[in-house]
Amino acid sequence: MAIITYREALNQALREEMRRDPRVFLMGEEVGIYQGAYKVSQGLLEEFGPRRVIDTPISEAGFVGAGVGAAMVGLRPVVELMTFNFALVAIDQIVNHAAKILYMSGGQFKVPMVIRGPGGFAVQVAAQHSQSMESYFYHVPGLVVVRPSTPKDAKGLLKSAIRDDNPVVFIESETLYGIKGEVPDEEYTIPLGVADVKREGADVTVVAWMGMLHRSLQAAEELEKQGISVEVVDPRTLRPMDKGTILASVRKTHRAVVVEAGAGFAGLGAEIATIISEEAFDYLDSQVVRVTGANAPMPYARNLEKAKTPDVAAIIAGIKRALAI
Amino acid sequence: MARRSSKAADEAAPEVARKSPMDKQVTMDLLYHMLLIRRFEEKAAEMYSQGKIGGFLHLDVGMEASCVGAISTLRPDDYVIAGYREHGHCLAKGCDPRKAMAELFGKIGGMSKGKGGSMHFFDKARNFLGGTGIVGGQIPIGTGAGFAINYQGGDQVCLVFFGDGAVAQGVFHESLNLASLWRLPVIYIVENNLYAMGTALSRTQALTDLHKKAEGYSMPGEQVDGMDVLAVRETVGRAVERARREKIPTLIESRTYRFRGHSMRDPAAAVYRTREEVEEWKKSDPIVLLWDRMSRDGIITDTEYKGMDQEVTQAVEEAVRFAEASPEPPLTELLTDVYV
Repeated sequence: MAIITYREALNQALREEMRRDPRVFLMGEEVGIYQGAYKVSQGLLEEFGPRRVIDTPISEAGFVGAGVGAAMVGLRPVVELMTFNFALVAIDQIVNHAAKILYMSGGQFKVPMVIRGPGGFAVQVAAQHSQSMESYFYHVPGLVVVRPSTPKDAKGLLKSAIRDDNPVVFIESETLYGIKGEVPDEEYTIPLGVADVKREGADVTVVAWMGMLHRSLQAAEELEKQGISVEVVDPRTLRPMDKGTILASVRKTHRAVVVEAGAGFAGLGAEIATIISEEAFDYLDSQVVRVTGANAPMPYARNLEKAKTPDVAAIIAGIKRALAI
Repeated sequence: MARRSSKAADEAAPEVARKSPMDKQVTMDLLYHMLLIRRFEEKAAEMYSQGKIGGFLHLDVGMEASCVGAISTLRPDDYVIAGYREHGHCLAKGCDPRKAMAELFGKIGGMSKGKGGSMHFFDKARNFLGGTGIVGGQIPIGTGAGFAINYQGGDQVCLVFFGDGAVAQGVFHESLNLASLWRLPVIYIVENNLYAMGTALSRTQALTDLHKKAEGYSMPGEQVDGMDVLAVRETVGRAVERARREKIPTLIESRTYRFRGHSMRDPAAAVYRTREEVEEWKKSDPIVLLWDRMSRDGIITDTEYKGMDQEVTQAVEEAVRFAEASPEPPLTELLTDVYV
């Protein structure tokens, strides 16, 4: 086991997959000479050269679409979006093309590409740079949507995403690039579509991912001192979602909380809460609680930004609501 | 269709085409494909009116020379991608008209098992990459195919077809820039039929000589008479060689005209075009133009032409029979091809 950063974990995944399969290449703004806007691609240009690590002009729709075409004719592109907020510039190529070409062609053309980059809130980067972008994509049949929360998950899931023959939306987080975690020394992958119980508990199930996962784990630590045992489930892949793991947990604990950073209305918490109430209704001792971001664009001011996204206190309050205490 | 007099035919033929060698095999092949597309599209219109085809249907009638002339220059391992007016491009690339008609009918025997429809023709075996309902959506995708050709060290090319309307889309500009910057073997062919749906070219483009935009991307640009299949073949042929040998992309503006409306929802196209304009363009029917020349040069007799038209008509009727007989896709197909 080594202890590395989330950023290094992604870098290792890219490096290993590019060594393993000559069809894999990386394309995006500043991925080459600049070493990556967030240094995820550091050193890759030096190792693999400009044929496989390609700096693009600022043309998201153009180069994401080019990735679709390259994938259709046999390559395995990894397209980096500097932040996933810029996916909106390319959303037609992602949703109307990458996601649908396998279906519309009756199975003839696969689109084995990964579109990756950081999403979600950062620090004071304001409304257009702070969105939980998964919400635009997990609704789309044909897309796989992954949000890895730890270095180990980041490396294993990115390797799987690159090997998968479907278009994968792989959204990292700027706030997690620097966190450290254990990563196996030997080669490993983590399957897509499988959730992970990050902390076992008995009294309540908390479903959370990315920054909210880490805050939920902190909340769980706090509550343990108060004699409350919190189970924390990380979906890892948001679409297709492993509802089996979530439901098994709820059947055990009888209470559920979903924590999401994004605006609550029609967020993923709504879907998870509905799945739980549809399929584990009789196991619930209270209604599913959602702890969500405010329904407002992300403000710049530091205090307002803090208020927009659930903090540990808000998560603790939500857990206590579910426990009716 | 009626042939014109020799004199009229001679006067109508453009300079470059008049000078092109008239190879019997080449011209018979070009004529056959244009006729096939014409009869196929006419039949599709008829089937649409009978309710056998639903949704949107955008016909290539009048524009056959553009796709046939261009695609005749390709090898089987070259790629083609187009938009939603792509039946002609698909047939010109060699797609089976039976599978095409079955796809229009939404049957399991269609090239996409009936799951794509008119705007989403795909044929992997013939390197036909689609088919898209989004104006211009194909342009970056075809650019990516060009990227992949270079990456894999190949010498194939990719033809990317789109209309004058698509030139207004941002992805047109992004894609041509990428192709020129990265020296991609892509030939961009704008089939300028002077109308983006119902909006005339002069109302959508500040610069209506669309091929001149090539200069903005530092790539060669040429305009060609899209009604003259031999001229198109000659111009695109040079661009294909340029792409194949020198990795230089080209923008070709093929000036053409659709004799019918934008789609079956706009059959007469009468609101935004005059009948006189349509009749004037019909005098340049690409099939008649070629037939006239071949006749004049003694390459085809009237009997041979009639025989070819019969053969094509039978092929289209066979396609309809195949489509009628093909079953609807089973309900299980609703949820297949969504994840591998």
